[in-house]
Amino acid sequence: MHIMEGFLPVTHAVGWSLAAAPFVGYGLYTIKKSVRENPERRMLLGVAAAFTFVLSALKLPSVTGSSSHPTGTGLGAVLFGPTAMAPIGAVVLLFQAILLAHGGLTTLGANIFSMAIVGPFAAAAIFRLAKALKLPFGLSIFIAASLADLLTYITTSAQLALAFPDPIGGFFASFIKFSGVFAFTQIPLAIIEGLLTVVVMNSLLRYNARELQEMKITAAQPAEA
Amino acid sequence: MKRYQNILLLIAVVALAALPLWTAKRAPSGPEGSQAAQFSGTDDKAKDLAQNISPAYKPWAKPLMTQQGGEIGSLLFALQAALGAGFIGYYFGVSTTRARMRRETDTETRC
Repeated sequence: MHIMEGFLPVTHAVGWSLAAAPFVGYGLYTIKKSVRENPERRMLLGVAAAFTFVLSALKLPSVTGSSSHPTGTGLGAVLFGPTAMAPIGAVVLLFQAILLAHGGLTTLGANIFSMAIVGPFAAAAIFRLAKALKLPFGLSIFIAASLADLLTYITTSAQLALAFPDPIGGFFASFIKFSGVFAFTQIPLAIIEGLLTVVVMNSLLRYNARELQEMKITAAQPAEA
Repeated sequence: MKRYQNILLLIAVVALAALPLWTAKRAPSGPEGSQAAQFSGTDDKAKDLAQNISPAYKPWAKPLMTQQGGEIGSLLFALQAALGAGFIGYYFGVSTTRARMRRETDTETRC
C-alpha cells in the first residue's frame, strides 16, 4: 500500500497530508491522555506499535505471484481505539520512507491516510459491530483485522485512481485496474493478518485478562474454561 | 481445542504463507526466455501501472536513499521485524511470569 515517492501530483500530496495531519495530532493527544491516566498501559501500547512494525516489514508471497505485506493496525485499533494508531502508523511509515525508500515523504500523508487512519477506523467499527451482533470474540477480532487490512489496500487503489484516472474510463476504470494489482494479492495476506491478530489477542486474554477487562475489550467476567 | 488454538492458528499462517511458493502462477517469461521477477511487490506494480496510465507523468521527488542496494534494504527490513518481534517477546515474557507469580501468591494466601 506504499505509494512510491513522487508518485502523487503535488496537489494530491498536499491534500492527503492536510487530511491526515489532524488525525495524527488528535491521536497523539489521546495517547498522551491514555498514558497519563493509566501509565501501566504504556507497555501494551508498545506491543501494538511493535505488532505494526513487524507485520508491515513482512513481505509475503501471495497466490497471484506478487508479494505484499500486512499492516498490523487492527490490533492497536481494537485495544486503544482508532485514533491512537494514526501517530503509530505515521512513525512506521516515516521509518520506511526515509531508510527503506519504501513509500516516501511526499506520499506520506496519503499512506498514513490508508494504513493508519482508514484501516484502524474500519477495524474498530467492524469489531464494535461484530460485538453488537454477539459474534464470538476471536471471530470478531479476525474479521476486524483482516477487513481493515483489505480496506487499507482498497483505499490506496482509490488514491492512485484519483491521481491517475484512466484516459478513457476515468476514475472508475483506473480504480478497477489498481484494485486488480492490490486486492487479490492482499486477500490471503489479510487472512494471515487476521489469524496473527487472533494469536496475539489470545495470548493477551490468557496472561493480561485484567488489563483487557479494564480496557473494556472483554466483558467483566470472561468465560474461564 | 482452546488450548491448542494458537498453535493451530500459527500452523495455518505458515501454510498460507508457504502455499503460494508452489501454487502461484509463474511470472510470464520475457523475450529470449528471460524470467520476469517472481513475487515482485505490488507497490512496484502499482507504480508501473501508474506510469502506464499516464506516460507523461514525471515523478517530482526521489527517495532520499536509493543507492543502498538490495542487501542493505533487507538488513533494514530484518531490523524492523526483529525490533518489533523482540519487544513483543519481552512483553509476553514479563506477562507470563507475572501471571504465574500472581497465581503462586494467590495459592499461598489461601493456604
